[in-house]
Amino acid sequence: MLWFILRRCGSAILVLFLSSVLIFLGIRALPGDPATVMAGQEASPAAVEAIRKEFGLDKPLPAQYLDYVGQTLTGNLGRSTQDQLPVIDILAERIPVTLELSALAMLVAIVVGVGAGIVAAVRRGKFADYVATGFGLAGLSVPHFWLGLLGILLFAVTWQVLPASGYVPFTEDPAENLKRMILPAIVLGTGFAAILMRQTRSAMLGALSADYVRTARSKGLPEAKVVGAHALRNSLTTVVTVLGLQLGALISGAVVTEQIFVIPGFGKLTVDAVLTRNYPVIQAVVLVTVIGYVVVNLLVDIAYAFLNPRIRLSGGSHD
Amino acid sequence: MSLLEITDLQVGFDTEDGLVQAVRNISLTLDEGEILALCGESGCGKSVTAMSVPRLLPPGTTRLSGSIRLDGRELTTLPESEMRKVRGKTVSVVFQEPMTSLNPSFTVGYQIAEVLRRHEGLSRQAAAKRAVELLELVGIPAPARRVKEYPHQLSGGMRQRVMIAIAVACSPRVLIADEPTTALDVTIQAGVLDVFRDLRDRLGTAIILITHDLGVVADIADRAVVMYAGRAVEQAPVAELFARPRHPYTLGLMNALPSAAVNGRLAEIPGMVPSPLSDPDQCAFSDRCPYAQADCRASRPPLERQGAGHLAACFHPGGQS
Repeated sequence: MLWFILRRCGSAILVLFLSSVLIFLGIRALPGDPATVMAGQEASPAAVEAIRKEFGLDKPLPAQYLDYVGQTLTGNLGRSTQDQLPVIDILAERIPVTLELSALAMLVAIVVGVGAGIVAAVRRGKFADYVATGFGLAGLSVPHFWLGLLGILLFAVTWQVLPASGYVPFTEDPAENLKRMILPAIVLGTGFAAILMRQTRSAMLGALSADYVRTARSKGLPEAKVVGAHALRNSLTTVVTVLGLQLGALISGAVVTEQIFVIPGFGKLTVDAVLTRNYPVIQAVVLVTVIGYVVVNLLVDIAYAFLNPRIRLSGGSHD
Repeated sequence: MSLLEITDLQVGFDTEDGLVQAVRNISLTLDEGEILALCGESGCGKSVTAMSVPRLLPPGTTRLSGSIRLDGRELTTLPESEMRKVRGKTVSVVFQEPMTSLNPSFTVGYQIAEVLRRHEGLSRQAAAKRAVELLELVGIPAPARRVKEYPHQLSGGMRQRVMIAIAVACSPRVLIADEPTTALDVTIQAGVLDVFRDLRDRLGTAIILITHDLGVVADIADRAVVMYAGRAVEQAPVAELFARPRHPYTLGLMNALPSAAVNGRLAEIPGMVPSPLSDPDQCAFSDRCPYAQADCRASRPPLERQGAGHLAACFHPGGQS
C-alpha cells in the first residue's frame, strides 16, 4: 500500500513539473516584451536593458525557469499589478473561501446524489425511481446562474429566510457564515448531485444483480446490509471516479456561483484577474488549479486502492 | 416425516412474452442426511425448483404455488423477516459460479464470519477464529493466511471451497449445491464432492445437488430426480436408476455419457426442448422420443411406480410397447 502511494506521488510530481513548464512557457509566449512595457514607451534602450537584467530576463530560458521554480517554491508568486499586494497573500485569503464553498457543495452532492442513487436503484421502476431520475435530469439541465438567481429570488426576496449575497468568514461568525454559504453550496452542488445520482444508480443496478449480492441474500443478511455493504462497496469505485472527474466542473461552477452571490473566493479572483489582465494573479491561479487537480486525482487513486483490493494488491493496474 | 417436503410446486416468471412456466407440479421429499440429485439439461427447471426452497428467486416476477415444508413448517408463506433467519442457517446455498459469487471487496474471512455473526451471534473475534476452522474443514491449506485474502487471490477451486465454508458455517439442515463442480477442473471436482460427503457423514446435512453431470450423480447421490421441461420424469435410488432406467429421456442422457470404451461421436437426443410458454396435454418428450406412440401425444403420462422407490412418467417405460 505504501509503495502504491509512493508511486502515485511520484507521477503526481511529474505532472506538476510538466505543467509548471507549460505555465512558464505560456507566459513567455505572450506577445510583447515585459521589460519594454515596464520601462515605458519613452525609455532608453539602456534603461530597458537594466530592467531586463534586474528581472533576470537576459538569462537563457532554462535559467529563467529555474528562477521561477525557485521563487514559486519559496512562496514568491510576484505582486498583483492591480494593488501591488503579494499574490501569495491574495491566494491565502481567497482559497479557503472557495474550499469551504466546494466542500459544502460536495457534501450536498454526496448526501443527496448518492442517497437518491441508491434509493432509485433499489426501487427501480417504482415511483421513487421516477422522482429521483426526474430530478436528476432537471438538475443536470439547469444552469448554475439560473438556479442561483432563482434561489436568491425565492429565499432572499420572496421568503426572506436567507441573505441574498455576501460573505462572512467562518472564524468570525460560524452561524452567519453557514447561513450565507448554504444557498451557494446548494446551487453549486445541484448539478454535481444529479451526476452522482445517475452514476450511483447505474453502478448500484449493476451491483444489485451481481452474483455476490445473491450470495449475500442467501446468507440471510438483512436487506440494509445487502444493499449498504455488499452492493454499495462495489459501486463506490464508480462514485469516487465521478467525484474526481467532476471536480473541474466544481471549480468552473464556483466561478459562476461566487460571481452571483458576491463571494470573495478563488473563482471571483480568477474572473477579476482575467478582466483586468492581472498576469501574475492569472499565472498563480492556473498553478493553484493544476495543483488542485493533481492532488484530487492523487486522493482519488488512493481511495480506489482502499476500495478495491485488486488495485491495492496488484500495485496499481486497473485489472 | 421427511425433512423437506415439496408438494405440487409450480413456478413461473412474468416476462415480456407472457408467463414462462419453469416448474410444473413437482413433488419430492428429502430425508435427513440424504443426498438428492436433481438432474436434467439446462432450462429443465432444476435450479428454479431448488432456489424456491430458500426463496431466492426474483421477488417481483416470480409466480409460485404449491407447498414447501421444512421440518413441518411451511416456507412459501413465511414472512420475509422469518425467511431471513432460515437462509444461511437452516437452508444454505452453494452457487454455480465460484468466480463471481464471492464479493470482490471483502476478505474471504469476513465473508465467512458474516454469516456466523448473523446467525450464531458470535463476536468478531470468535467468528474470525471459526472462519479459519471452517477453511480447514473444507480443505484449504494455510487457512490462517487465506482468511485475510481476497477472492481474486484464490483459484476457482479454492473459491468454491470458500463458498462451501460459508454455506456450512451454521451447520444447515439442508444444503443446496447448484452445479457446484461444473466450473471446476476434474481433479478438483472429486475433492469438492468429498467435502460434501464428509459433511453429510459428520453433520447429517441433507444435500440437494443440482447437476447435469450423471457422473457426479453416480458418484455421490443416494437418489436422483430426472427433470424434463419443468416436470419430474423419473425418480429413483441411484443404483436402481443406473441399472434400470425407465424413462427414454433418462436413457438418452445415459447414452450421451462419454465412455472410455466407445470411440467416435457421442449419442445425442434428437430435437429440441419444447417451449415453456405452451403446455399441451401430451408427453413433453414425445417429439424427441424413439419409442413414442400415438398415446404419448394423446395425454400426459403420470408419474407411476416402476419398482421399489422408482417412479417414471412414461406409457412405454424402457421402450416396451
